[in-house]
Amino acid sequence: MFRNIGEMVLMWWQTTLALALVWRQRQKIFDQLFEIGNASLLMVCILSLFIGGVLALQTGPVLADRGLTGVIGPVVGVSMCKEFAPVMMAVLIAGRIGSAMAAEIGSMRVYQEIDALRTMNINPIHYLVLPRLVAISIALPLLVLFSILIGWLGGAAVSATNPRVGVPFRAFFQTLGDTVVVGDVFNGLFKSLVFAVVIGVVSCHQGLTTIGGPRGIGRSVTKAVVNSIVLILILDYFLTRLLLYFE
Amino acid sequence: MNTQPKNNLGVSVQVRGLRKFFDGQEVLKGLNFDVQPGEIFVIMGPSGSGKTILLKHIIGLETPDAGEILIGGEPITAPGVMNKYRLAMVFQSSALLNSLTVGENVGLYLTEHRLKPPDEIARIVAEKLELVGLKGTENKMPSELSGGMKKRVAIARALVIEPQLILYDEPTSELDPLSAVTIADEIVRLRDRIGATSLVVTHDRDLAFGVADRLAVLHEGVILCIGKPDEVKRNPNPIIQRFLNADFKPANNKFVP
Repeated sequence: MFRNIGEMVLMWWQTTLALALVWRQRQKIFDQLFEIGNASLLMVCILSLFIGGVLALQTGPVLADRGLTGVIGPVVGVSMCKEFAPVMMAVLIAGRIGSAMAAEIGSMRVYQEIDALRTMNINPIHYLVLPRLVAISIALPLLVLFSILIGWLGGAAVSATNPRVGVPFRAFFQTLGDTVVVGDVFNGLFKSLVFAVVIGVVSCHQGLTTIGGPRGIGRSVTKAVVNSIVLILILDYFLTRLLLYFE
Repeated sequence: MNTQPKNNLGVSVQVRGLRKFFDGQEVLKGLNFDVQPGEIFVIMGPSGSGKTILLKHIIGLETPDAGEILIGGEPITAPGVMNKYRLAMVFQSSALLNSLTVGENVGLYLTEHRLKPPDEIARIVAEKLELVGLKGTENKMPSELSGGMKKRVAIARALVIEPQLILYDEPTSELDPLSAVTIADEIVRLRDRIGATSLVVTHDRDLAFGVADRLAVLHEGVILCIGKPDEVKRNPNPIIQRFLNADFKPANNKFVP
């Protein structure tokens, strides 16, 4: 385990040192961005709509019974920004994109394509890891921004239509706007950036260390997703503690 | 066999006491041999004798547990040596990047190292593909090619590097006899044309005796003999003779009912 952590930290550091090559690798980064966005945007919208909706559905009646209807908007707003959007989207992207990264790089490793790159003096970190890590670090915060907005819409729609909540659309956003500040959104975006790096590094590392044939690729994909999600949930706690100091 | 290349591009290879262990099992047991510049040196042996691992050591994909490898007289572990000489390897599986077209695969070295402008790269790619008899296949994907065509694309990709040492890992495996002959011709023609040292690993006896200037027979991580093809054929070692004369005899086939 410690060896894997060390290798992942080293890979992240080598990728960071190679950031100067971003412009040279821009076409691959655009391709990856398209891949991530295209594969995830619709799913992000649908999930976020329902996450916002269920948040309003769970908290709305309880708060409304106590005459706290003005708190429903802020509760949904802050929860989406700081917790639900970054964590749920990171879990979704770990499943959809992290698995794809591990499978693609893993099959390249198994079928000696990475060895072929090395024999041509092409560094796999520069050629494979850098574009994926940069793309996911751009894409995940953008998807989280989408998720926050759609989640708010979902919460507002449920609040307005559910008779046990009964907060009009406009009142929902007015109370939300009074409480949620730009810093709350940035809080979520910062978390999502860290989660993106975790997903990218874990998935690429699993891909590059794949051994065996198709079964090995399957094992790497499973490990990439499971390890990413475990790390996301553990890091979420520590990031929340850290970010509380800045509020 | 023409042993005199047209120029002096090739580099020498020396392997000294090379040993490698995997999970405590010794797979290369102190190998020693020299390959002269511009020579076609064939390492022949049954499957599992350590041939591919040996090639991977020479190109720097594996690290020896003991011994050393010298290219052009310099140890490959010395700083900058692997960048000083142009080495290329044709993998057994061809190892083409499946997400790239044939043209992108062949031009990958030049594109990634930004050695030529795109127009020039396109011209070189077309020239190398024509050289291996695959003119006009630039836009095909590797999945659209047959095994023999993939091997030839892999050779074209190696040629783009203008290698001083080219390593072939089982170049005729999984190929029909006609494609195997084409690849064998290609190996000899390339050596004669560019003068690169060629190191061929194979268990194909026809290929080995057809292209080799010198041969080594590797068995269970040990080199049993090194010599010219005729010398190896005459070697009395029973393991070598059994390997060279193995023949399919239907009468002895226990699977025949």
